[in-house]
Order: sequence, then C-alpha cells, then structure tokens
Amino acid sequence: MAKFKSHILICGGTGCQSSNSEAILNNLERELATKGLIEDVQVIRTGCFGFCEKGPIVNVLPDNTFYVEVKPDDAQEIIDEHIIKGRRVNRLLYVNPENEEHVPDSKHMGFYKKQLRIALRNCGLVDPENIEESIAHDAYQALGKVLTEMSQTDAIEIIKKSGLRGRGGGGFPTGLKWEITKNSVSDKKYVVCNADEGDPGAFMDRSILEGDPHSILEAMAICGYCIGADEGLIYIRAEYPLAIKRLKVAIKQAEEYGLLGSDIMGTGFNFKIKLRYGAGAFVCGEETALIHSMEGKRGEPTNKPPFPSVSGYLQKPTNVNNVETFANVPAIILKGAEWFSSIGTEKSKGTKVFALAGKINNVGLIEVPMGITLREIIFEIGGGIKGGKKFKAVQTGGPSGGCLTEKHLDTPIDYDNLLQAGSMMGSGGMIVMDEDDCMVSVAKFYLDFIVEESCGKCAPCRIGNKRLNEILSKICDGNGTQEDLERLKNLSNVIKDTSLCGLGQTSPNPVLSTLANFQEEYYEHVHDKKCRAGHCKNLLYYVIDPEACIGCMLCVRNCPVNAITGERKQSHFIHQEICIKCGACMEKCKFDAISLTSEYAMAEH
Amino acid sequence: MTVQTLPENKLEVKIKLSDEKIEKINEICESFDNDPGELINVLHETQVTYGYLPAEVQEVIAHNLNISVAHVYGVVTFYSFFTMVPKGEHPISICLGTACYVRGAEKILDEFKKELNIKVGETTADKKFSISCLRCVGACGLAPVVMVGEKVYGRVSPDSVRAILDEYK
Repeated sequence: MAKFKSHILICGGTGCQSSNSEAILNNLERELATKGLIEDVQVIRTGCFGFCEKGPIVNVLPDNTFYVEVKPDDAQEIIDEHIIKGRRVNRLLYVNPENEEHVPDSKHMGFYKKQLRIALRNCGLVDPENIEESIAHDAYQALGKVLTEMSQTDAIEIIKKSGLRGRGGGGFPTGLKWEITKNSVSDKKYVVCNADEGDPGAFMDRSILEGDPHSILEAMAICGYCIGADEGLIYIRAEYPLAIKRLKVAIKQAEEYGLLGSDIMGTGFNFKIKLRYGAGAFVCGEETALIHSMEGKRGEPTNKPPFPSVSGYLQKPTNVNNVETFANVPAIILKGAEWFSSIGTEKSKGTKVFALAGKINNVGLIEVPMGITLREIIFEIGGGIKGGKKFKAVQTGGPSGGCLTEKHLDTPIDYDNLLQAGSMMGSGGMIVMDEDDCMVSVAKFYLDFIVEESCGKCAPCRIGNKRLNEILSKICDGNGTQEDLERLKNLSNVIKDTSLCGLGQTSPNPVLSTLANFQEEYYEHVHDKKCRAGHCKNLLYYVIDPEACIGCMLCVRNCPVNAITGERKQSHFIHQEICIKCGACMEKCKFDAISLTSEYAMAEH
Repeated sequence: MTVQTLPENKLEVKIKLSDEKIEKINEICESFDNDPGELINVLHETQVTYGYLPAEVQEVIAHNLNISVAHVYGVVTFYSFFTMVPKGEHPISICLGTACYVRGAEKILDEFKKELNIKVGETTADKKFSISCLRCVGACGLAPVVMVGEKVYGRVSPDSVRAILDEYK
C-alpha cells in the first residue's frame, strides 16, 4: 500500500453531496494532479461527519484541520496553502460563535466536545466503498473473535451483560432477543436489519449505512452465528439510493474477502446477506409489518404473539434489530461488556445517536452517552436556538413521541425518563422548536402524518386518528370548543389502549403531550381565538394602522367581500366579522399600513 | 384497447402494451425467479423502467408471479413509492419531514402549487412538472429541502421557487 503524507477526508453523505461535495472532491484531485502530489496526498470520500449545518466538510489529516462550508472553488487554496505551504486556510475554519475565534480542529468545537462516538465510530473516518480501510479500523475483527473463540452462548452473554437495548425505539434488551431466537427450534432462521427509517427528521441509520456499512454486515453475521442463522436480510428504504449503493458494494467486497458467504474465515460458518427494499410506508418499521413487506405483501402488522423470534419471515424464527443497535455490537464484542455498561445510566447503557434538527444553530447527527441532559444537547452541542429566539419545546421520538418543554431540560435522557416525561426515545429524532411554533399545529402536523401512514387494518387507528385530526383542524381554524378538548383527550386514550400495533398505540402521543405541556395554548385557540405563535391563519387578524393609512381607498376597492370601510383621506377600518383573510388588502397597500396581529381584541378597535 | 395474447402464455389480458414492453417485464420477473416474495423488488425495477405502474403492467406481473392482480394492486396502492400515474419530466418533491416543516416547508409547497397551478399528486398539462410530498430525505441540515428529479435544493425560500423552476423551463 502506498504511503501518503496527508489525507484529505471529504464528507460524502447525502447532506454534503447535496451541497456539491462531489465537485470539491474532483477539484481537489485535479489540483493534486497538476501539482504532482497524487503520490503524497490521498483524497478520501467518507461518510457523514455529523455537523451537517456547516457542510460540506473537509478534514485534513494528520493535523486534523476541520474546514467547514467549503466551496468547490476553495480546493485550490486548500492545496496551495495547506498542503504545499503548510498554512491553515483560516477563513474556512469554524468560528466559535461565543468569542469569534477560529477553531482549527473538531476536538475543540462545542459541537463535538460532549460527544462519544461508538455507533458512529467510523463515520467520517473511512472510505465506505473500500473494505481495506474498514478492516484497518478493526472491521470484522469482532466476527473473527466470536467465530474462533466463543460459543453462541458466550457471545450472547456478552451482549446481555452489556445492557444494550434496541435503538429503534422500543428499547427491548438486544441480548435477550438473541437468546429467545436462538432457543427457538427450527431448521432455518433469519437475521433482519431494520433500515426502514421512517421517522421524518431522523437520519442516523442512513448515515451509518452510508458511512460504515461493514459494521452492520459484521454485526449481522455475529448475530447469525449466535442465533444459528445462515441468512440475513436488510430491509432498507428505496428513498436511500446512496446507502443502497454502498451496501451493495460492501456486501460484494466482503464476499470477495471471504468475510461473508460460505465457510467464513475457514470456520465452517456460512452467512449471506441480501437486500430487500421498502417502498415508503412508515408502518413497516413495525417488526411484523416489516416481515410481511419482505414477503412481498402489504405491510400490515399482525398481533403478537407469536413474536418474530418464534415465527417471523416465512414463518421461521427471525431476529429483527435496528441499524444503530447492530452498529454497537462489534464494539461491544471487542471492548467487552464492562466497558459498554460503564457508559450511560442504570437502565440505559451506552450511547444514543440523535438527529438534531429544527430551529437550532447546529443541525446535525450527534452521538452522546445516555444520561446527558437536554440542556447539554440543545445549548452546548446544538449551540442554542437559531436567531437568538426563545426555546419552546423539543420533540423526541418522531410521530410516536411527544414534546418536552423547558421543565424537562435538566432531565437525564434515557429510555425510562423519556417515557415518564410523556415522550419516548424513538429512533432518536430531536426537533427543536422556538416561540414561533404553534404547538396545536405541530400536533396536527403529526396527526396528518399518522392519518396518511395508518395502514387501515384496525379501526381505532384508522378512524380514531382521522377524528383526532379533524378536531385539531377545527381548533386551528378557530372553531374549537371546550368539549373538543375533552374529546381529544378521551379519544386519544381509547386509541392508545385499543390499537393493534405500535403505530396506533403511540399515535396520540403528540396530542397528549402537547395537551399536557401546552394546555394554555389550546385554551387560547379555543376561548380567546388566538394563536400566540401567529401560525394559524384563521386566528390572525388584518388591521390598519391609522397613523400610516393615508386613506387612498385602494384596499377598500380591492377587498372582495367589502370588509373595509372608510372615506377618502381618512384612515380605513377592517371589519373582522366580514374579513375572509385573503390578504389582498395587505398586498395592495403601498404604505405598509396593514399588518397581521394575533390579538382579536386589538383588531376590533 | 386491443386484445393480445401473451407470448408463450395462454392467458388473454386486455392490454395496450407492446410485445417489447411485455418482454421487458417478463425479463424483470424472470430475474427475480418469478418469486411472489420478490413482488416489491419487481415493482421497483418495473417502475424504474416505465416511470409508473399502470393496471396493464400490474396484470402482466401478476400473471408471471402467479398471484392475483388484486394482490399486486393491493401492494402498489399500499406503498407511497409506487405510482399509477406518470410523473412529470421533472418531478418535484417537497420534503414535509418535521425538520423541514418547522423551517417553513408548507410555504414552499404553497408557492410551488401557485406557480405551477397544480395540486399535490398532479402533473402540469405540458407534462413537464409534477408535485409530490415526501417525508425526509435526511438532509435536515439543509431544511427546507426540495428535490427536482435527483437534484437536491437546500434552504429553499418561497422567493427562490421561481428561480428553481426557471432552471427547467
């Protein structure tokens, strides 16, 4: 292998690729070629670095310089200044917003300081399309250890002891699941990796598959050995073309190297992995629905038991784990159960990857030890709220989760605490909201999603959520009543108790948690006909500023419903009971005299 | 509509597909061993080839995999990725994931609807553009996000909608 003096790592994740990281890579390589440096410097396209807000990201090794928001035209300067003259390009460094100083490497950036990367250990470090790089970073070493030194029970015991719980949302102990599947007697068993990341706003599974596919293949093979399966299936969303491409490359390379296929590492263990594609159905994240989808059917869930570990894919025992869960497995095998269980809280061990998004300064993918507080995540790692606005809520757990507020900021995050606070871990989406977000509308947004994604098999979910959505629409339109608030609560509880699968059982969570935490906002919508965030169109009122209005009659003539009255050269007045809120008056006014207010009382006078 | 006999098969279906197209679908089914368990993969491949999955195509697939047309139809209509209506030359997908939503994706969607004068799921009369919504492309750092074909546009504002459309006119 050629020896390079420096390496330039460039993010090839979906986010950075969308901002032209491919062109940067080409320009860097072209510059290196013209300067005759191809032998000395290697450019590597890696997986996601996580700091998506500041992408595209370029990292120069060995001095670990971290360039942010790089443009294709910056390639020449990076080569000329940094590589040839050894001087950092200061203008491309991250600027600490607190003291406006340039931060040369990632270790000293607020975004990375509190992070601990286990599942994401190789993302942004290796070229995912080159198996040798992954092997140089210990890939398949854990598999070798398990195959040559451990019995099935030994390996399962390590996973059990580590305290690893399912990272897809439910939090079921992974080792226990493996053990149950191992104890199911059958001539054929399957390992399934659930990569149907349907939670809008979460992209950790995709980043792991794009950045470090070998860790997943390795973990699936380890699981196969433990439970006695020789076949693995990855159920992945068709919306992730890049992850699919990289998985295909990785599977092919692993087979060529004898790390997948027949007689792996000469131990007689056989394991092959195939891909199955999802086709856009949120409910397919549910185990039984996923299995039906893999069988080529509609992705409708069925009652449990029987659990997939007893009767799953093609009625054979099937172990289903999420991508992030698998990504932890090789690290646990290599470093030991004690190491892993020393991280985190009493009942939630290890780390969790969160996708931080919404009204926050540092959007991105982070991995933090369990037990960290929301305050640390949002204000230290996330850099606080965008535009200096006030923090209002953070939504965790996607459509099945809930909204947490200021009073939860210092709660240590783990599976149980989040449940207790009325939300859930979910897959790890974390959407931050500020004072401009209307919580009733947010609840309605999630209900829209659920209504669209409910498979329709059971009535509580199919009909109940539709009714919930209608009540929320009514409230947002300003027609809600006190009885509607009662109805929301009762209906939510019925849906929770009677739905068939996890989707329905958790679907009212966004409603219940906003009702509990933002009661006053619901009240205002219903009783004061006011949306304090100024989001609900029907609860906004057009008013004319008598000081600014010169009385030109333009708005009076343009109002389609004659809601505006007034004489020439005298300020005009909008009659709220007639106004249909079309906005024509505001568009026509040449003197900026018309504005929107959320206070009905103000508009009346 | 003409009635044709499928090659090497006795089944008669009402179709307006050319022999060539049927042959292509047969090839796709064959590449998955005509296994009914591979139905979703077959549908994916077929949609890549034809852009959409009209009833006639579903009939041919059902016949090849030896399952009912109702089963195929049930699957096609269950999953949002499959479409029975041809999309525009430049399909526009607006991300309505939560991250994009809180950063104003609704306003972007409204602007596209207004500019093109079509609703979600429709195609313009000149077949150039169609609008659909999707849930998270995973580029939340660039929210709100719009995709035109394969190209991703990040940090879109209502004001930039016209400029995006102009690129394709």
